[in-house]
Amino acid sequence: MNIAPSRIGRLMLALLPFVLIATIYVVASAERRAVNPDDKLLPPVSEMADAVRRVAFEPDRRSGEIVLWTDTAASLQRLALGLGIATLIGLVFGLAIGVLPMVSATLAPLVAVLSMIPPMAILPVLFIVFGLGELSKVVLIVIGVGPFLIRDLSLAVAALPAEQIVKAQSLGASTWQVAIRVVLPQIMPRLIDAVRLSLGPAFLFLISAEAIAAESGLGYRIFLVRRFLAMDVILPYVAWITLLAYLMDYALARLSRATFPWAYK
Amino acid sequence: MSAITVRDVWVEYGDQIVLERINLQIASGAFVSIVGPSGCGKTTFLRMVLGQERPTRGTLLLDGAPMPDEPGPDRGVVFQRYSVFPHLTVLGNVLVAFEFAGSRYLSRLTGAARRAAIEQSESLIEEVGLAAHRDKYPSALSGGMQQRLAIAQAIARRPRVLLLDEPFGALDPGTRAQMHALIKPLWRDCGMTVIMVTHDLKEAFALGTRLIAFDRPRIDPQAPGRFGAVVTYDLDLTRDSAVPVLGFSKPLDARTSAGRLPQTQEAQPAQGASI
Repeated sequence: MNIAPSRIGRLMLALLPFVLIATIYVVASAERRAVNPDDKLLPPVSEMADAVRRVAFEPDRRSGEIVLWTDTAASLQRLALGLGIATLIGLVFGLAIGVLPMVSATLAPLVAVLSMIPPMAILPVLFIVFGLGELSKVVLIVIGVGPFLIRDLSLAVAALPAEQIVKAQSLGASTWQVAIRVVLPQIMPRLIDAVRLSLGPAFLFLISAEAIAAESGLGYRIFLVRRFLAMDVILPYVAWITLLAYLMDYALARLSRATFPWAYK
Repeated sequence: MSAITVRDVWVEYGDQIVLERINLQIASGAFVSIVGPSGCGKTTFLRMVLGQERPTRGTLLLDGAPMPDEPGPDRGVVFQRYSVFPHLTVLGNVLVAFEFAGSRYLSRLTGAARRAAIEQSESLIEEVGLAAHRDKYPSALSGGMQQRLAIAQAIARRPRVLLLDEPFGALDPGTRAQMHALIKPLWRDCGMTVIMVTHDLKEAFALGTRLIAFDRPRIDPQAPGRFGAVVTYDLDLTRDSAVPVLGFSKPLDARTSAGRLPQTQEAQPAQGASI
């Protein structure tokens, strides 16, 4: 309990499990290859590197596009649109529900019910209503993440001490001024945290929707090559998605710290 | 002018009677200390004057007009905690009061108006001795500094009434003494009526021009909520002699000294059950 690693020690310790997993993979892959030269389940790193070169740097023979980049662009566009719209909805409704008792009485029960609808269960409805194009995937992310953000933010507003609201009013602030000068800035760090926590579900909904009906996208590709048991493509794709999600999470965390220094003291 | 009239006010929560038969005339410019045991309705009384709560019965008047039933810029407040905005710097905390007044929709001032507001804010910050900490966030300030900031903020809009809810309760004795030295001249200069709820009797006597004690003289063990708190002591601290001894209140009709209005129909203070 009282022994803490140094800076370098911390880095080494953080890397250790990753190195361990990689080592186990390499050994297991070599073992399987030794038994069965045609094994596809655990392709060696060299084959995965080949596959990455193929999808990331060479144009596809059929479409002439470099598939990894078109997939990434398509997926990120859907994710950004979905998360962006959900964030906006979450902020506006969360703020209104948290600040205005009249709005809260009207909408809070509705949001509580809506947030319990399993988004995947209404995916067919979305496909029927919005078609198989981009819109249904974006809407799925909005429906999956939006209610959570609304509820989380309205809770964050409710957690502000009542003294602050009264104090602002005693300084002459109107309801609108309380909302934008006192409440909004104070829930922004929470909004960013909530979006960070939503990255996982957002990717889940994205990949699911792409797996079922899409013409490009990271999830689409994974489910496409699954038919050929192409683990040499699937594993790098999964790693790539993980890296993207991790970088977004990290960037949001840094953004929050840089923009709202008062929240981290 | 900022005289407060409390006329036959009762506060009840369901069956529970919190305050009953409260009749007070608070003269403009008075510094009223309110003391009493925990849970006797001191803070309820303050919240009522603030507009956060409404009396169940009776009326509250501010200069003869009904007290607005929501908080407004004519009544400033300093709470024991959470009085300052954690997301604004010291300057921002005071400046925001002027921004609320000067910009209805954006609450942001620009150009000359902003410069003037900053100047005013800085002089207030200087007055409470926080000039050196102008750009710090409240989390970097000590408890005493935060309360000083809260006071600067509360008087920024020149309220007619300043309400203090155990403002120095969480401070150490040294800091508390500093705060007393700060608040008294501010009160004199601004000419506002101050109502301070406190647990510290010494503080109540040292700062106030009048001391009001709330207590429950009657308690029914079978129905603890049946009887509410009344004004049990109402002491004038401005008369020439030394501070009056607890238990000796002047006869009602004689109390017309400075800072006080003659009592008209005050609840029978003290003489009954509790002495």
